[in-house]
Amino acid sequence: MATEHAPTASEYIVHHLTFLTNHKQEGLVDWSVFHLDSLFFSVGLGLLAVFVMARIAARATSGVPGRLQAAIEIIVEMVSDQAKGIVHSPESRQFVAPLALTVFVWIFLMNAMDLLPVDLLPMIAGAMGIHYLRVVPSADLNATLGMSSAVLLLCLYYSVKIKGFGHWIHELFTAPFGAHPLLWPINFAMQLIEFVAKTVSHGMRLFGNMYAGELIFMLIALMGAAWAGTFGSGLLWLGGVIAGTIWAIFHILIITLQAFIFMMLTLVYIGQAHESH
Amino acid sequence: MNLNATLFAQLVVFFILAWFTMKFVWPPIMKALDERAAKIADGLAAADKAKSDLQLAERRATDELRKARETSNELRAGAERQGAQILEEARAEAARIVAAARTAAEGEAEVAAQRAREALRDQVAALAVAGAEKILRKEIDAARHADLLTQLKAEL
Repeated sequence: MATEHAPTASEYIVHHLTFLTNHKQEGLVDWSVFHLDSLFFSVGLGLLAVFVMARIAARATSGVPGRLQAAIEIIVEMVSDQAKGIVHSPESRQFVAPLALTVFVWIFLMNAMDLLPVDLLPMIAGAMGIHYLRVVPSADLNATLGMSSAVLLLCLYYSVKIKGFGHWIHELFTAPFGAHPLLWPINFAMQLIEFVAKTVSHGMRLFGNMYAGELIFMLIALMGAAWAGTFGSGLLWLGGVIAGTIWAIFHILIITLQAFIFMMLTLVYIGQAHESH
Repeated sequence: MNLNATLFAQLVVFFILAWFTMKFVWPPIMKALDERAAKIADGLAAADKAKSDLQLAERRATDELRKARETSNELRAGAERQGAQILEEARAEAARIVAAARTAAEGEAEVAAQRAREALRDQVAALAVAGAEKILRKEIDAARHADLLTQLKAEL
């Protein structure tokens, strides 16, 4: 954005979809690159979430709770009920239920960054000399796939832990079609596809929703930016206000729902790892 | 849409946050929730017990009240009966005393009348004798006619 003129629409959007990185990404996959903005916001929001909750938890009273404590308790109880219904091992739940709580609150907060005006934080950062900034970590495929990969690792861990390594390997080759040796490769291929599909769809679902939501906020912001003193541009500006309001209200539902879906799928996948075929 | 090391960083952060929640968030809140549930259960049980206690106490109070009323009724009936009896006895005693007094008075009057009658009789006899003496002077000997005089005295 070294150019002097105001950015065109496509320049504006491309600029807003560019991550702040440690160095330029070469190719589709480059394991030496970090998205500093995604990491900053996801770690920051994660720490905010767990420290606020830990603070409330440390002061938690079994008497009459304060409002914040009651709010946290509502979420905790919701997560706890879901975990009880899906993961049937109380021992696993000791880790899985808090994990689900973390996932829900954390992803909700990351999604909620979408509700901030799209230019607010990038402009502040720009004033401080940072010229690229994406504020919604859950609209970063790396972040969502990172979390779904973590769920995959947990699924593998619990599969081995609950079923035993031998039984798990046996199941990899004999389920879902049967134990005939000719079916082993097919079974194994199906299992691999299942794992990959679960993980990718888990991460992609959240990413897709948040990315699309972010993009629509940018388009609406472009409508608002069309203001140029003419009647037509005024109408466009008004349309931007109305559309922005409607989309933001609708987005409250989406960010909550996506956080909930991600949490539920986490529980479901880990729950499935506990069940033998 | 590029894949890079952010993925692994996010993965690690994910586990750290989950561990932190498991360690410092989940247990105290669950403890508080369980304790509150226990407290509420205790409170409800106490309320039930208090209600049944109240009913018991009300029933006992009604019983006591009824018993007290019965006792007081009994006492009053007894007192009335006793009062009536005392009155009756007093009345009888009074009647007896009156009767006795009347009997004594009548006796005394009888004795006095008798005595007056005796005296009158003596005097009449003496008068008769004196009269007869005066009339018959010589013919009648008091000693000789004593029998006759005594007879006459008894007839008066």
